[in-house]
Amino acid sequence: MTHAEVKNVNVWYDNIHALKNLSMSFQPNSVTALIGPSGCGKSTFLRLFNRMNDLIPTFRLDGLVTINGQDVYKKDVQIDEIRKKVGMVFQKPNPFPKSVFENVAYGLRVNGIKNKSIIEETVEKSLKQAALWDEVKDLLKKSAMELSGGQQQRLCIARALAVEPKLILMDEPTSSLDPISTSRIEELIFNLKNEYTIIIVTHNLQQAGRISESTAFFYLGELIEYNLTKKIFLNPDRERTQNYITGRFG
Amino acid sequence: MSPIDTNILQIKADLIQMWSLVISQMEKARIALINGDHDLAREVVMNEKRVDAFELKIDMDSESTLMLKNPVAIDLRFILSVLKINYNIERVGDYANAIAKVAGNSKEPIPENILQATHLPEMFFTAQAMLQQSLDAFENADRSRVNQLFGMDEKLDKANKKANSVICGLIQQNPENTMLLLDALSIIRKLERTGDHILNVAEELIYYFDANIIKHSKLLNSDFSEPENF
Repeated sequence: MTHAEVKNVNVWYDNIHALKNLSMSFQPNSVTALIGPSGCGKSTFLRLFNRMNDLIPTFRLDGLVTINGQDVYKKDVQIDEIRKKVGMVFQKPNPFPKSVFENVAYGLRVNGIKNKSIIEETVEKSLKQAALWDEVKDLLKKSAMELSGGQQQRLCIARALAVEPKLILMDEPTSSLDPISTSRIEELIFNLKNEYTIIIVTHNLQQAGRISESTAFFYLGELIEYNLTKKIFLNPDRERTQNYITGRFG
Repeated sequence: MSPIDTNILQIKADLIQMWSLVISQMEKARIALINGDHDLAREVVMNEKRVDAFELKIDMDSESTLMLKNPVAIDLRFILSVLKINYNIERVGDYANAIAKVAGNSKEPIPENILQATHLPEMFFTAQAMLQQSLDAFENADRSRVNQLFGMDEKLDKANKKANSVICGLIQQNPENTMLLLDALSIIRKLERTGDHILNVAEELIYYFDANIIKHSKLLNSDFSEPENF
């Protein structure tokens, strides 16, 4: 079980105070949805856990970000080790220009696994976990770029699962997909939570309601409200939260 | 105004209209009964279709809102509570209709001594006051008016509990009035049930305002008014 937490986190991009004094703890083996208007800091927050914000030169962090008690920003931490433990799925599916098989095997090979049967077993297991195996088992050598959008996204999820992450981050994973593909991804997320801790950014409030146990509402870099999804969507404590989820914002 | 506001405002307006109609129906049924006014009784019976039509419209608009607008939080609680309030107010309309039918079929008004012995006027007054108070609470989002309803219902329950012995006594005294007295008993029951339905409405209003579900639990509120002795 993976426990992720942030304490008194502040983030700046130059002088822009992007995240303001956030403290949150994420339940293991559950899905937490992050909602809020564009530019409120959701994606910045998500990227704290795999240190992708480090790629932005003006990024500056103050505070504590931990996974299973380990500070991911500690000086002696190997960023690659952190990123092995944290899988990420993006808004636009981004399969490698390789075969279906090699997309999933890539992470294993990079981590030094050479045993052919282990790789094959892991690829099959990951594709099954991502509910894609039945569709691609006879097409493993096919280029991933020839798959449909929904299949590509599930392939990206399989790729993330192959390296057995502790935490899975999803940044609007279905926003570019059709309703059927969205539904399959949501079903997949719903099943994955039995084994993984998942944090998902979504603009689709109904999606948050469908698949998450907890929801956090962000606004202008602040955490406005964080509670059980049922509570947020039935009787939020903060008026600002209610205004946002009922579409009366601004 | 957000897209869902149009739906909510329309549903609210329709429910208020229906509620007001049912209040009017109950008042006319009372007058028809007490005065032996057959024309007024007929008017109530004919208007019952309007109450039913409102109920159907409100149900359909609520369903449509749920389906298309995905309400959450206070909007969701509004729709869910409206669906149940709608049903309960329509049932009160049915009782007004039934009372009007009794009035329409009676050869004469209920004698004054029977009215006094059964406390029918007080029961009507209380039931109608509860109807009006609950409507005011809904229309003005006035939580304080809701709590008072629970105490008011106690008066109806008290009169209802005594009704069997009162009616039996009256039948023994004047057997020729048996049918009239049985009609009076059925009206007492309907007024008591009216109170129960308004309490259901009160529970739904509490859910709408506070997101609290209080049905099947004791309400620990010191705002209840004590029932007066009949």
